[in-house]
Amino acid sequence: MTMLLAVLSGFIMATIAPQLVRWIRPVAGWLFAILPAALFAYFASHLDVVRAGAPVHVVVPWVPSLGVDLAFYLDGLSLTFALLITGIGACVMAYAGGYLKDDPYLGRFYFALHAFMAAMLGVVLSENLFTLFIFWELTSFSSYLLIGYKHEKQGSRDAAIQALVITGMGGLAMLAGFIVLHAAVGTASITELLAGGDILRDHPWYHGILVLVLAGAFTKSAQFPFHFWLPGAMQAPTPVSAYLHSATMVKAGVYLLARMNPVLGGTPVWEITLTTFGAVTMLVGAIVSLMKTDLKLVLAGSTIMALGTLVMLIGIGTEAALLAAAVFLVVHSLYKGALFMVAGAIDHEAGTREIPLLGGLRKTMPLTWIAACVAAISMAGVPPLLGFVGKELIYEAMLEAPRMTLLLLFVTVVSNVFMVTVGALVAINPFAGAPGATPKKPHEAPAMMFVGPLLLAGLSLALGLATLPKDNFFAASFALPVAASLAGREVDAYVYLWHGINLAFVLSVVTVVSGLIVWKAWERVRPLAAALDPYIFAGCERGYQAWLSGLLRVAAWQFGHLQSGYLRRYLLFVFGTLVVLAAPLLMLRGLGDLAFEPIDGVLYFYELLLCVVIVLGAWGAMRAQRHLTAIILLGLVGYAIALLFVAFGAPDLAMTQFLVETLTVILVALVLIRLPGFRQRSSTVTRARDWVVAVSVGVVVTVLLLAITSTPLSMHLSEFFATRSVPEAYGRNVVNVILVDFRGVDTMGEITVLAAAAVGIIALLRLRAPRRRPEGRGDEGLASPGGTVDGTQGSPAVEGEDEAIVGPQAQEVRS
Amino acid sequence: MNSVILRAATRLLVTLMLLFSLFLLWRGHNLPGGGFIGGLFAASSFALYGIAFGPDKAREIVRVSPTTLCGAGLLAAVAAGFLGLFASKPFMAGVWGSLGGVKVGSPLLFDIGVYLVVIGFTLGVLLTMEEEERA
Repeated sequence: MTMLLAVLSGFIMATIAPQLVRWIRPVAGWLFAILPAALFAYFASHLDVVRAGAPVHVVVPWVPSLGVDLAFYLDGLSLTFALLITGIGACVMAYAGGYLKDDPYLGRFYFALHAFMAAMLGVVLSENLFTLFIFWELTSFSSYLLIGYKHEKQGSRDAAIQALVITGMGGLAMLAGFIVLHAAVGTASITELLAGGDILRDHPWYHGILVLVLAGAFTKSAQFPFHFWLPGAMQAPTPVSAYLHSATMVKAGVYLLARMNPVLGGTPVWEITLTTFGAVTMLVGAIVSLMKTDLKLVLAGSTIMALGTLVMLIGIGTEAALLAAAVFLVVHSLYKGALFMVAGAIDHEAGTREIPLLGGLRKTMPLTWIAACVAAISMAGVPPLLGFVGKELIYEAMLEAPRMTLLLLFVTVVSNVFMVTVGALVAINPFAGAPGATPKKPHEAPAMMFVGPLLLAGLSLALGLATLPKDNFFAASFALPVAASLAGREVDAYVYLWHGINLAFVLSVVTVVSGLIVWKAWERVRPLAAALDPYIFAGCERGYQAWLSGLLRVAAWQFGHLQSGYLRRYLLFVFGTLVVLAAPLLMLRGLGDLAFEPIDGVLYFYELLLCVVIVLGAWGAMRAQRHLTAIILLGLVGYAIALLFVAFGAPDLAMTQFLVETLTVILVALVLIRLPGFRQRSSTVTRARDWVVAVSVGVVVTVLLLAITSTPLSMHLSEFFATRSVPEAYGRNVVNVILVDFRGVDTMGEITVLAAAAVGIIALLRLRAPRRRPEGRGDEGLASPGGTVDGTQGSPAVEGEDEAIVGPQAQEVRS
Repeated sequence: MNSVILRAATRLLVTLMLLFSLFLLWRGHNLPGGGFIGGLFAASSFALYGIAFGPDKAREIVRVSPTTLCGAGLLAAVAAGFLGLFASKPFMAGVWGSLGGVKVGSPLLFDIGVYLVVIGFTLGVLLTMEEEERA
């Protein structure tokens, strides 16, 4: 239960954060850091259990009758992730309080940030693949909200949608993969899958499942060719870039691969796909980081590089590679989180993130500078920082990689050279030399903003020093348990700082020296990298844009045909579909046995009278000359039907019907009251067509009802509810007990739809731009959806849509 | 609508109708009524007020925005669902207790949620439409 609360607490905090911000704004950062810090402590208390190799497994029954449980699973991998999420979360929560101190939407920001934290915890703790998927999508949504946080900027909105579309598509592919997986092996439980051995690898559907799951992981973790959304996501405020788009969310894909490695991994397809995509992504990330001048974009490029490295290491799959992945995961989150916060602090205090404009900040921002230096040295892989341990392990793993050894080693060394360059660019250029021509006069960032990066950078150093002895805390608590989860078995190895002078160390020295050389020549190297832009970055993005606009064109085409905006067209489609689908089925069933049942007992006078009222009301509504008359007559029909319900003993139904009829009449009257009287506009052909549709609907529905009443009713459910209602739900009104108790989940879904519909309808009514009302349209103008909401900033796609709507309308008017 | 008779009658009726809607909500578990019907009834009373005095006045006496009502309703319903979970039963399982001798349970909280969402939806659509028509 505490585990459930640990995951839910973020969501609970999210809902109250906007209100809290109003009261505690000046210290919001510090106070919001308490929850993640407490969660960090809670998860840290599990370290001993997990270190002993016993995963914690918590099951909360959800729908026990269907075997659906809410289950959490805590092993080395998920614990390390949970600690990163909550630990860096605490730093970022504090940091954001300073970074967005005066922002009017700070409450909204904390809402999305807390929701993200909770969702991300859910991803790494889920024991069931479908639960994992739901949390996974929640992280995409919160990422969307956070990237589009500066919603008045077109660029932010576009980047947010781009990230959502790409990760969302991948997520759906992943869901399909999970469904196929479930169909194949009959379980979606991670523990059962892990215990299942080769069951998936030997299954004939293995390759299909693999492709779908990889689509989810690769989009989320920005692997080539989906990498371009990540630099776009840098539109988000920097705390978000530090948290979601470097340290945690983008690693969800890596997490999934790591989690599935014991189940799906180990085959040649897996190894070749992952190493290839990982290696290409590394190179692409390296080039992206070199061609940019914006600090955040440079860092984003190096994040792509790191994600590629992790995917490649998982793909190689040897014990050494998995161990290297485990260590590098932690290393990267620590230094990258710190460096992003440094970049944000520079931006916040100096007013720009452009490297050429910055300089001399070491005197004005000394604490930020220290954090930047320590983190960058860890990134460059220099002893005694943790980054050095990570890089040595990577090189050692590459040297013994079973396939394509030399090629992969080359790619790794090249991208690590660029990591050194990026580190130098971020830690040296803005801080060294003479003060730059910055828009603001820089001074040290507030405490909220330097504590986080200092803490993370300090951890890189402390954990690095902790690995001096051969048996150490870091290896036992993090590296080995994570590697064990990755491998699916105990990993027996040593993780420590100094391995002596070997080939890996020589490579390290070469890397650092070459990295510094590239950094010295940055001004000359940058144009070379930028020349590759059309092929590796802009090209992919253009492909995405072309695909998206093609999709919109198809949508506009079908929208123009199906969603004409005329109620009569919709009715025609709906009723036509009913007839076309139901009539053949009824014919197949045979109509021979259908007959109007004779009325047994007495037909009361008032029952007959109600029937007459219904028929006359319907006829009158059809013949009415004014809208209001028609509405009121329709209301009469509804009331008479409700009275029939009363007569046949369904008071709940009748009461609902009365109220709905009343409100409908008011609602429709509000809309139609201003309209002129009916005039005959349709041609005789149209009217004949409408008659045909109307009569066939009447006949089909009548036959349908006869068919239903002639089938003996199964009383099974009615009896179930009637007998269980009082003893189990303490209610005598069976209808209501079904609604709120027996089938409460259905009702929950219905009221959610109702609330969503309310928001949608209100927004549409409010946003209605001044509509074009061409003359001679008469009552048709009312149903026109033509006015664009976003007239001023309409993209070409929106305009295209508009034209497509006008087309059929024009036709309609002519006919 | 500018009618003295309607306005005078509305003043009396609105309170009565609201009380009746609460009555419907409360008794729903045992007798005809419930959150859905009660919500519709409450919404009609505000709608009547809107017709008599105009949508702005109706918004004033509701005090909370309809979308907030929807949100609060959903929250109540979800909370009722989680009560079951925290009582170590499945999600949405009914939890019953006694309050001053009257039996109350999480289904009542759930029904209150339905009641609020229905009011929020109906009023949100109705009042906005009325305002748009007047604009």
